[in-house]
Amino acid sequence: MSELVLMKGNEAISEAAIKSGCRYYFGYPITPQTEIAEYMSKRMPQVDGLCIQAESEIAAINMVLGASSAGARVLTSSSSPGVSLKGEGISYLVGSDLPCVIVNVQRGGPGLGGIQPAQSDYYQATKAMGHGDMRLIVLAPNSIQEIIELTSLAFDLADLYRTPVMILADGALGQMMEPVDFDKLQPREIPEKTWAAVGHQNKREPNIINSLYIEPKDLEDLVIERYKKYDIINEKEVKYEEENIDGSDIVIVSYGITSRIAKTAVDKLRKNGINVGYFRPVTLSPFPAKRLGEIADMTKRFLVTELNMGQMVDDVKLATKCKKPVDFYGRTGGMMPSPDEIYQAVLRTLK
Amino acid sequence: MGITSIVAAGFGGQGILFMGKQLALAGMYLNKKVTWLPSYGPESRGGTSNCTVIISDDEIGSPVTPNPDILIVMNLPSYIKFHGSIAKNGTLICDSSLVSERSSREDIDKYYIPATSVAYKNNMPKLANVIMLGKLIAATNIFTPDELIMSMQKSIPSSKKDLLDLNIKALDIGFNYKE
Amino acid sequence: MVVFDRPKSLTDKEFHYCPGCMHGVVHRIIAEVLDELEIKGKTVGIAPVGCSVFAYNYFNCDMIQSPHGRAPAVATGVKRVLPDNIIFTYQGDGDLAAIGTAETVHAAARGENITIIFINNAIYGMTCGQMAPTTIPGQITSTSPYGRKPEIQGLPIKVCEMLAAIDGTAYAERVSADCVKNIRGVKKAIKKAFINQIEKKGFSIVEVLSNCPTYWGMSPVESLEWVKTNMIPYYPLGVYKDVTANKENKKEEE
Repeated sequence: MSELVLMKGNEAISEAAIKSGCRYYFGYPITPQTEIAEYMSKRMPQVDGLCIQAESEIAAINMVLGASSAGARVLTSSSSPGVSLKGEGISYLVGSDLPCVIVNVQRGGPGLGGIQPAQSDYYQATKAMGHGDMRLIVLAPNSIQEIIELTSLAFDLADLYRTPVMILADGALGQMMEPVDFDKLQPREIPEKTWAAVGHQNKREPNIINSLYIEPKDLEDLVIERYKKYDIINEKEVKYEEENIDGSDIVIVSYGITSRIAKTAVDKLRKNGINVGYFRPVTLSPFPAKRLGEIADMTKRFLVTELNMGQMVDDVKLATKCKKPVDFYGRTGGMMPSPDEIYQAVLRTLK
Repeated sequence: MGITSIVAAGFGGQGILFMGKQLALAGMYLNKKVTWLPSYGPESRGGTSNCTVIISDDEIGSPVTPNPDILIVMNLPSYIKFHGSIAKNGTLICDSSLVSERSSREDIDKYYIPATSVAYKNNMPKLANVIMLGKLIAATNIFTPDELIMSMQKSIPSSKKDLLDLNIKALDIGFNYKE
Repeated sequence: MVVFDRPKSLTDKEFHYCPGCMHGVVHRIIAEVLDELEIKGKTVGIAPVGCSVFAYNYFNCDMIQSPHGRAPAVATGVKRVLPDNIIFTYQGDGDLAAIGTAETVHAAARGENITIIFINNAIYGMTCGQMAPTTIPGQITSTSPYGRKPEIQGLPIKVCEMLAAIDGTAYAERVSADCVKNIRGVKKAIKKAFINQIEKKGFSIVEVLSNCPTYWGMSPVESLEWVKTNMIPYYPLGVYKDVTANKENKKEEE
């Protein structure tokens, strides 16, 4: 029988990365994700890997770009203000079709904001992580076990689709401990990286890692091609969790740590005779829009709850084509709602 | 036992987070679902420190709770902050050598133990937190002493047997303490 | 008998550089060095943003186009994954000494075993002639139209002098591409910077003083003359640091 280990989210991400074959980590300290850099500093030398504390987030993401160009599985992590700094590099990674995994253990913002848990980087992660026509795959775990499973998946998706993948966590998930079982990881098969810049050994044409296309038509063609890739990802990689949807009076839509709090509220609501459903996007990008569209015909209304001012609300409205009312309850700035706050929000909405 | 939520709170350096972790570990080894969520940031640097532990037979939703079933408290600021939040019929375990106040709440069980003085008297100044744990399991049925000892045996490396023995002794002192 | 041939480490692609610009000459020198050291097959070149952004079209080795200023960080990532390959960056003055100063200084501080070819022509060529961190006092550019005034625009950064002060730097030399004699020095320095990497000596940078006839508003000949009369006095040529030489000297002394 496999053994459970009690681990912090930040440590779990790190160990899951190592178990997924990642041997390079580049980062810069920032609360509440610094344990990742500390864990990697200790652990990487034990597995012949490398952890460099870069001079900045900007340098870190560009080291990622270099290591990824050379064909390596590579990880970087930060928290909200630091992730903003990585934006330039992430755009180049997308533009060069380079795989990597980026972790954002979100804290309150804007600016230096605070250091307590938030989900205020939803827009940034899903819509505007860098300049240009681009998307990331964004995964939002809600438990430490899921953190390790999605970290493993993130590396596979990154390599399969040659794209950066972001794990969008938050300060609570980064800091909290739960038992994890690493034996549950199920890696996929990854094709050889024949495109990598590793030296051609005089045996092939040079490989060029590049995001510059000075001819507009060339760039347009390439972007369109990349969007076809996003269509495939949209088709094949959407993940979500749902409960008691059909015929419900209301469906709570929530992800990450907030979905845990929402779940407690949902259980209590149901115990008290309220017919409430629960829907949790696991992939924020690709967003489970198709399923939410179907759900719009199966329930009477929606309540979105997240740790921000309502950033996912737009996506839910679009996905459901505003067929049913979409309300919102959230806390921000590092505040976390209690299950009772969400409970009351549902009651208010149903009135 | 269904679901039990515990807040442990005190000063940084008192082993508050360790105490919470021991409870989470014991739950995990007994195949229960557990979460452990610490406070973090500047407040934990020499200031107050706290963590929330939830132990449940079923999947745990929220890892935070506004009304813990149990509060283990080892300093006055944390007592002031959390004492009112204890759930009805909940339990207060208070280090009376560091908290001079006494709760006037009638709807909770209250236990006072001068854990820090007891720890000094027994020449184990750093183990007041484990003495508190001993008192906790004496006051509630959350774990038996054997279950907590098993958890310590599993989580404290065998290379630190002296430390393990001292922890077990501290647990015993707390468990058998009479006011 | 062929006495002058195209280096194998250059592709057949025609350079896009302006007439009289010395980028082409420096490219050729790098290619000759890759040929002579027989390292083309294991070399990865990194060209960030600037006039040399298209360098990936010209070098016949694996190439990475990096974000502006970030080439030393990208090179760090590549080199740490592929320690036995040869990694070089080709950066201009705006790239290396303005937007990428931090990446440059810290790659040196870490003693990354990479080779940096730094082209200093005291102007931003790619964006059509703005002031560079190395624009010399009094020099007119489109963003210093009255001449660079130190009291307003500050003073230039002397890259070799700065990096020589970093413990991690193994080799820093400033050379000039203004005349045939000096171009021989360019080749010698660049070759040494690559040999240093092969011999795992550490961070090596060659600063090449170069021209920009187009945005200096001069003929190619005038521009090379300007390098000699204006740039070299401000940026003296020479070896600013050579740890490898010291080690050899010490051995001889022993």
